[in-house]
Amino acid sequence: MSAYSPIPKLTRRAALLGAAAVLMLASALPVTAVRAEDTVKLGLVAALSGQSAKSGEAITRGITLAIDKINAEGGVLGKPLELVSRDDESNPGKGLVAARELAQREGVAALIGGLDTPVSLAIVPFANQQKIPFVGPWAAGTPITKNGAEENYVFRVSAVDEYVDEAITEYLVKKYGAKKPGMILINNPWGESNEKGLLKALEKRSMPNAGIEKFESNDVDVVPQLTRLKENGADSLFVVANVAPTAQVVKSLDRMGWDVPISSHWGPAGGRFTELAGASGEKVHFIQTYLFTDASSPMFVKLQEKFPEIKTLADVTPATGIANAYDATLLIAAAIEKAGSTEGPAVRQAMYEISGIEGMIKTYDKPFTPDDQDALGPEDYTFAKFVEGEIIPITD
Amino acid sequence: MTLLMAALITGIGLGSMYGLIALGFQITYSVSSKVNFAQGSMVMLGAVLGFVFCQQYGMPVILGYPLAILCCGVMGVLVEFFLVRPFAVRNSEAWLMATVAGGILLDNAVLFTFGNEPRTLPSVLVEDSWNILGTGVYPQQILIPIAAIGVALGLHALFRHTRQGRALLAVVQNQTAAKLMGINTTVMVTGSFAISSMLAGCAGLLIAPLFSVHSDMGTLFGLKAFAVAILGGMTSAYSVMLAGFIYGMVEAAVTTYLGSSYTFIVVFALVIAVLTIKPSGLFGRAAIKKV
Repeated sequence: MSAYSPIPKLTRRAALLGAAAVLMLASALPVTAVRAEDTVKLGLVAALSGQSAKSGEAITRGITLAIDKINAEGGVLGKPLELVSRDDESNPGKGLVAARELAQREGVAALIGGLDTPVSLAIVPFANQQKIPFVGPWAAGTPITKNGAEENYVFRVSAVDEYVDEAITEYLVKKYGAKKPGMILINNPWGESNEKGLLKALEKRSMPNAGIEKFESNDVDVVPQLTRLKENGADSLFVVANVAPTAQVVKSLDRMGWDVPISSHWGPAGGRFTELAGASGEKVHFIQTYLFTDASSPMFVKLQEKFPEIKTLADVTPATGIANAYDATLLIAAAIEKAGSTEGPAVRQAMYEISGIEGMIKTYDKPFTPDDQDALGPEDYTFAKFVEGEIIPITD
Repeated sequence: MTLLMAALITGIGLGSMYGLIALGFQITYSVSSKVNFAQGSMVMLGAVLGFVFCQQYGMPVILGYPLAILCCGVMGVLVEFFLVRPFAVRNSEAWLMATVAGGILLDNAVLFTFGNEPRTLPSVLVEDSWNILGTGVYPQQILIPIAAIGVALGLHALFRHTRQGRALLAVVQNQTAAKLMGINTTVMVTGSFAISSMLAGCAGLLIAPLFSVHSDMGTLFGLKAFAVAILGGMTSAYSVMLAGFIYGMVEAAVTTYLGSSYTFIVVFALVIAVLTIKPSGLFGRAAIKKV
């Protein structure tokens, strides 16, 4: 028998109640008190895997280079800029979930991304509703920026389908004297956006078309569609599709033994096109907004320093992605700085006021207006083709 | 005429591929009443391993391809051992979900190791095209049905003329009786999964040069092959192969004349229609389950 009064026995009920109480207290503690907001976050939603993985990689590299430059000059609002990435796997549903998570859970100041037009289109309503700026460095679907919203939070530093279609039509007519082009388009919102653009461009020139054929991205065989175009008298082709499907078009053309001028959107630039399409991949001429032509250019040198796996010009395919993303990051950072805050509406207003930003593609002076939230126009496009895995500008 | 010829050749090629993959479904089903829903991933694995062995390690085709197929067989054994047997011995149907999950796991494992870009598996049979009756044909497209039928016939001979093959057929007929006769039914089941995966790997290697190799190339093939297996009735190899050809040709015809946007809708609507009229498939017989 001990001298002091016994300690009350720990019954199971008491233990459970105690544990519950501790848990409740712990969850009630403000977690944010522990995590200080000491960076300004930029959220990237893009296809980082799958056939457009190389494009996603290019965008990431462009943003990373821009962030390094910005942080070296003091960051944004006195804090370093930080990139948070999510892979949308070219899936609109996953892209929307990623955008939501970045905006609501990670608290990003702006979203960059949308590599595939269908994914961007899925994120647009969310960005406008959430009032978070969304800058597209790649997807060219016209309705992304021209989305009819009263307060439009969607900006783009990239090609626009409507202008691209005008440019590739002009290319076929001027270079090959085409009279009756056929269209072979991917069956998704991007293909549809270009169908409208191409028809508009052809109508402007009172030109007939040999047919509008659609195909799916996992089609092994595009010969039936191409045969129909050929039998309808097509003397040239418009192609709008990503890397693998365009490669299948080229392989099918090879099989048919049909040699025809091809003017394409920039889909092939997104990956190992000549590996997938074979040597005939070099016949496809496509549009770009930027090309590295000189291995000694300061930008390329900086790229190689940061990413030592880049050994030659061929390893930066596609340069378009790097340049667009680099410039987009500079613009959004400038807007946040000008707005003096990361509040969406303030940043959006600032986007209309920024000027004197020196990007890779050009110097931007008030690149956006509420009527035109596209920073690049037809005067910024060049044509290129693949030569043994490297994208080379077409000079003549 | 050109269109018809193109449709016919594509249809025979793809159809024999679906038939080969579906044969894999049929074999495991007839031996063990279980199916490997990761079959599509096995197709992908065959193509990926073919790329790794021949392109990355520089093995000659004569060595690389059989090695890839063998590895698929090993994968099949692993699937049976870890994803099917634990549930089968407890009379649970969870192997359905387990094999689906296994397929997804495999796809993602390949995504991480092989990489996220589609690659090409070159073949000398896709370099020049022959002109047959007005349409361009790659020799590879002719090889596919020949190889598929050859493999199916070879399998048939294996089953009829070797001891182990006949033992497998015995298990198909009556598992209990086979066990009583001293046949190791467990080994037979494992063997059937191995063969099934090897068939899928073979199909993957055949189609890859015409297409591209990437981690999610198998899903669609697996799905269609399952439809083919159901269509064929799951009872005999002949019916499954024949169903494969029919499916392939219908799919090619729809794609050629209506456009590939309608392919899925029309073809699967037809599959549903056929199954409504003949629930045990085009050639199958209803299975009698004694209670």
